[in-house]
Amino acid sequence: MIQKILRLRNIRRIYAIFFIVLFVLLLWLTSFGSMKGYETKLFLELDPLTAIASFLTSWTVYKGLALSLFIICGTLFFGRFFCSWVCPMGIINQIAGSIFTKFRAVDTVALNSYRPLYRLKYYLLAIFLALAVFGSLQIGLLDPIPFITRSFAISVFPMINNSQGWLYLKQPIFNGGTLLGLILLAVIFANRFLPRFWCRAVCPLGALLGLLSFRPLLRIWRDVDLCTDCKKCLGHCHGGCDPQAALRVTECHLCMNCIEDCPEGAIHYGLSKPSSSAQMPLDISRRRLIESALAGAILLPMMHSTITSKTSPQHRVIRPPGSISEEDFLRRCVKCGECMKVCPTNAIQPALLEAGFEGIWTPILINRIGYCEYNCVLCSHVCPTGAISPITVDKKIGKGAGQKPLKIGTAFYDRGRCLPWAMNIECIVCEEVCPTSPKAIWFQTFEVELRDGTTKMMKRPYVDPNLCTGCGICENKCPIRDQAAVRVTSIGETRSSRNQMILKS
Amino acid sequence: MPSKNNKREPDISRRQFLLRTAATCGLAATAGVWGYVFYSKEPVRRSESRILTFKDFRVKDNTVYPNLAVVHGQDADKMVRAAIEKIGGMGRFVNPGEKVLLKPNVSWDRQPEQAANTNPAVVAAVVRLCLEARASEVWVTDVSVNDPYRCFARSGIENAVKRAGGKIRLTTENDFVLTDLKGESLKVWPVSSFYHQADKLINLPIVKNHSLSKCTMAMKNLYGSLGGQRNRLHQDINPAIADLAYAIRPTLTVMDAIRVLKRNGPTGGNLSDVSMENTIIAGVDIVAIESYGLRFLDLKVEDIPFIIMAEKRGIGISDWKSLNVAEMNV
Repeated sequence: MIQKILRLRNIRRIYAIFFIVLFVLLLWLTSFGSMKGYETKLFLELDPLTAIASFLTSWTVYKGLALSLFIICGTLFFGRFFCSWVCPMGIINQIAGSIFTKFRAVDTVALNSYRPLYRLKYYLLAIFLALAVFGSLQIGLLDPIPFITRSFAISVFPMINNSQGWLYLKQPIFNGGTLLGLILLAVIFANRFLPRFWCRAVCPLGALLGLLSFRPLLRIWRDVDLCTDCKKCLGHCHGGCDPQAALRVTECHLCMNCIEDCPEGAIHYGLSKPSSSAQMPLDISRRRLIESALAGAILLPMMHSTITSKTSPQHRVIRPPGSISEEDFLRRCVKCGECMKVCPTNAIQPALLEAGFEGIWTPILINRIGYCEYNCVLCSHVCPTGAISPITVDKKIGKGAGQKPLKIGTAFYDRGRCLPWAMNIECIVCEEVCPTSPKAIWFQTFEVELRDGTTKMMKRPYVDPNLCTGCGICENKCPIRDQAAVRVTSIGETRSSRNQMILKS
Repeated sequence: MPSKNNKREPDISRRQFLLRTAATCGLAATAGVWGYVFYSKEPVRRSESRILTFKDFRVKDNTVYPNLAVVHGQDADKMVRAAIEKIGGMGRFVNPGEKVLLKPNVSWDRQPEQAANTNPAVVAAVVRLCLEARASEVWVTDVSVNDPYRCFARSGIENAVKRAGGKIRLTTENDFVLTDLKGESLKVWPVSSFYHQADKLINLPIVKNHSLSKCTMAMKNLYGSLGGQRNRLHQDINPAIADLAYAIRPTLTVMDAIRVLKRNGPTGGNLSDVSMENTIIAGVDIVAIESYGLRFLDLKVEDIPFIIMAEKRGIGISDWKSLNVAEMNV
């Protein structure tokens, strides 16, 4: 009985359910109050592509990213198991694909046969790795783990919350969340036309694991003496790896479906037998590969010759506290959205084009939505690649003699909009909420003459740039709701040597 | 040449014709009725939401007990117990089976030592006293300025209240109901609905410096009942605070002056801004308590317009020295 249930396919299914539940759970736990030291970034750290691409940009294997060696070494021995056993993106696509094919009369044998289209992912990988070698980390756009983490954090979780209203006190909202949700839906809907289209044709991590599994120790083998060429093994094949002919081992996800589907017992997983079929090597054209790597390399000077946060400081690009200098930041950030998920005030938002094309979906603070909580350093502790490096609260607020607080920007008054300055109306909410001690926002009392000739004492606010950390709570709480009268820009941020204004500070 | 797509529609009978005509007339009539019913001269329909008013949470005055109890000591729990015992015990204020709402100051993501929020030991002591008076439920709420999860967790209040047997009620965006404060500068505002669900309200402020209003104590603590764009209150802060005290009449006020934030208020942040005063003040007269608290911040009643306004409206008496004050050490 147990032997009947614990077939290879069911074991794979148990793993798949375990990992997808673990993924959702860890991401759900990524918030103040429930994190409590859980390794919430585990999936990103297991991701070999994030590790290798960020290794190529900065020649380091950062902390937890070393965990990806488990997947790399496992793949060398066992083949591309990650895609159907561990990867949440693969599992979601698999579930969607099987639903789409189950209730329609489709020729699954034709759908699951190998197609030359599946070479595309190797060329995409070449483009992104070439970019990485020259110092631009764009892999996060298509790397499935950052992709799915970002989509869930920015679009799926807020969506669930909006329909349920029980996750948060305040509904998290995100800049361009709908766009990310639509992209995820498009990827899932592609399974309607070709099951696991994403995994087979697009996924650069799949391509990397395909390269790593070019000669694994253990594989799927077909016994040519027993096989009757019925092609039933193609019926549920995940990878589209042609188990009915010469298996393309670089495409095989080890879903084990062919073993279970074979009526003759001709397919097994393990070492080869004398009667095992020959297998196909990696099907890519070297010329195409070089061309796409060149294309990636050519993209680079193009990206460097535009105005981005790298080429000149951008006032709206306020990075979370602990972020490394902009050049290095863009070398490390995989746009996974973990920091956006964990931010208690919803201040950290995915950038659209504020930081240039390279900075799309990287984290920036939008102070009208939230602000940087003075005693909070959560974002720096969930970042898997160290783009936001871990800091302590003491370091952030500059506790201790001679220590300076970490600045992420500086607040400026727009005196044409500020109530006490422009309209002689009492306010200084900004001063009340300013979290530093002594407060960075201070006031002077003026005697002002009103329109009717009477006089009144009026407190008018100023910013002390040496005390201001750029946290943005003043901008967030300013009663001028649409565009605040006090606004934070990135100038003076500790991480930058260029983006400074004051000689002596 | 005739068309190859020559499948013909069958002829209809008289009966079918009549039925179809009747059905079409019915659809047309339905459309007309809908149009008539929903015809409107306004572009949108406005739902009139009910506007509530605050109930009076006070209990009947009793001259047997002192108006104010001032207790000095080291142990917060003992001090709160002694103070409330002195003014008649919790049984005077809370009847068995009642729902009690506690309103400490939990505005900021700060630790207890920084004295930006009410001392958790004081809140816990009051929760226990309410439960001992057989309150059915004790809710602790505030509308924080910083992230509420962080404020309640890091102020130590969440933990202390849960251990004492009370319940934290965080206010979500849906928990506000429009309430008429009937004040000079505060009219209809969204107010946390817990104030309408509770039977008794205990105000648990902390004494702090405040840049605009000079001090924030019992009266300004009631600001934490409001939602909406309450930061506009600063534009007319003295009448606004007097309005709050006029609209919301707590059953009891227990003021925490164990640690007093002397400077850089109301956020503080530096231990050097905090002074140890080790005092608890309890009483029913919110204005008297407020005036008593001024001594910790080296202020006088004449400096604080909202206290004078509140007294003029008959909310309480600012000259606490004329009242029956019981002072003691525990």
